[in-house]
Amino acid sequence: MRKAYLSYNNIVSSYGFDSISAISQIKNEVSGLALIKDEKIIPQPFYSSMLHAPSLEKEYSKLDSRVKHTRLEKMLLVSLNAIIKASKIPLTDRVGLIISTTKGNIDVLETENPFSEERAYLSVLGKTIKEFFGFKKEAIVLSNACVSGILGVAVAKRFINQGTYDHVFVIGGDLVTRFILSGFNSFQALSDEPCRPYCKTRTGINIGEVAASVLVTKDEKLWVDESVEVIGEASCNDANHISGPSRTGEGLYRSIESAMQQANMTSEDIDYISAHGTATSFNDEMEAIALNRIGLQNTPLNSLKGYFGHTLGASGLLETIIGMHSLHQNTLFASLGFQELGVSKPLNIIEKTEEKDINTFLKTASGFGGCNTAVLFKKVSDL
Amino acid sequence: MIASNYHIESYAHIRDNAVSLNGKNLFSSEETDFPTFIKAGYKSLEIDHSKFFKMDNLSKLAFIAAETLLKEEAEKNIALVLSNQASSLDTDRKYQASIADPENSYPSPAVFVYTLPNICLGEISIKQGLYSENAFFVFDAFNPEALYDYSNSLLHSEKAEKVLCGWANFDDGKYDAFLYVVAKNGTFVHSVEEITRLYQVK
Repeated sequence: MRKAYLSYNNIVSSYGFDSISAISQIKNEVSGLALIKDEKIIPQPFYSSMLHAPSLEKEYSKLDSRVKHTRLEKMLLVSLNAIIKASKIPLTDRVGLIISTTKGNIDVLETENPFSEERAYLSVLGKTIKEFFGFKKEAIVLSNACVSGILGVAVAKRFINQGTYDHVFVIGGDLVTRFILSGFNSFQALSDEPCRPYCKTRTGINIGEVAASVLVTKDEKLWVDESVEVIGEASCNDANHISGPSRTGEGLYRSIESAMQQANMTSEDIDYISAHGTATSFNDEMEAIALNRIGLQNTPLNSLKGYFGHTLGASGLLETIIGMHSLHQNTLFASLGFQELGVSKPLNIIEKTEEKDINTFLKTASGFGGCNTAVLFKKVSDL
Repeated sequence: MIASNYHIESYAHIRDNAVSLNGKNLFSSEETDFPTFIKAGYKSLEIDHSKFFKMDNLSKLAFIAAETLLKEEAEKNIALVLSNQASSLDTDRKYQASIADPENSYPSPAVFVYTLPNICLGEISIKQGLYSENAFFVFDAFNPEALYDYSNSLLHSEKAEKVLCGWANFDDGKYDAFLYVVAKNGTFVHSVEEITRLYQVK
């Protein structure tokens, strides 16, 4: 079976327009969350990490596009352009494109939005990105709630194993919109302070926006310093409830178990867990139960939501990229916002950013529809 | 490319006011309004699952098509791989209408949750008790190549024993569902040509 590696990567976020801008701030435990007052989104102020619009325009203008693009498209194009250029891969029919998003250009449904409603079709978004760069094959849009980003990595790896593609560019992105914020608010899931995953006094989630992209490749010659191999993956359903996580963490437990089995690893072989940790009461509790069932309660763990908020369809991909850099820098990043354990089972939350030799990590995510995904990664320098 | 030794066990269509299994009509009606038609289909197929009535149109469509195929199925390690063109836009528009006017905004969590296309996979998983692989893809049109490769990958890597695969699209009152089961044994060859042919069966 052909191996699959993660290589060139980019993060477009409130921290800047590359991965390193985000990593350097995270290393200093600086949050990207800020209090936003925008009554067009929701009446009350909310914490979020949003892109600085003039900076995005400046980066986008460098692409010299002749067609007009929406805000999300600009984010995706800027991010993807950076890694296509850096990798120097010719876009032949052996190169795939996966776009992970939950809502795409949902803001075009707003009456004051100048773009046509047609742009709300995720298939049209896929076509727009494909045509801008001249990909030969149709874009594969993956819309699987909050696991979309990490599932995109798993799907790319499977297509490479299968021989469908030699290289797959995976990009994830979602926007902070009235649609999304009002929806999470209707679930009473929004926090009115910066989120505190796994903390006793956590009060819910913040929603943020990023575009994140990574090259998944079979080619060892395309490794970068922070490259990792994808060594196991699974995505299992809870078969329990469409908007609430399973009380036993069934789908997440099974996802991790299946990924470990494929990677031929035990829980002791995992050095670090980049968990989902949305800071809602139910999600964090479910994760603690699943991780304890599989014997991962002592493994250092963080949620990166305290830096970016929950970036929806991009989050799993974003957090995977940060995991790559975490391994490369042999540094465990603090789980920002955490004070005192507030779940019913023990977890080893990373309270302070610290250096540690780490070679493997587990990325997990869970979402509406009862979906869960777990992917295991290993440093390539250690193969 | 790794060759496929898998087969298509069975397939189902829901289109033109009719539900069919392996090309054989199971239920049809004169009713052109989808909610009325699919409710009659639910009754005629003697399904007992009260959650059905809370589902949005896309979930109802995918749910009934899956139910048609899995009613007698004993295997539980069945991956769900669905795709469409319009994602959850039918419900997205409904939800957007409910929040468009700031003075008169009434967002409902029961509507909001259906603004994700993969919710229908959750609905099928709950009914069938499937703790299996899930993925929802969006394409410009029915894409047999991607479905073929991805289901082969799941079977080949032993992530699933069978794959319930296909297309379920609901947009602006129009609907089209074509679901099929890929397994080790079955009546039809698992190939892009055969998937394309079965998709087009009237």
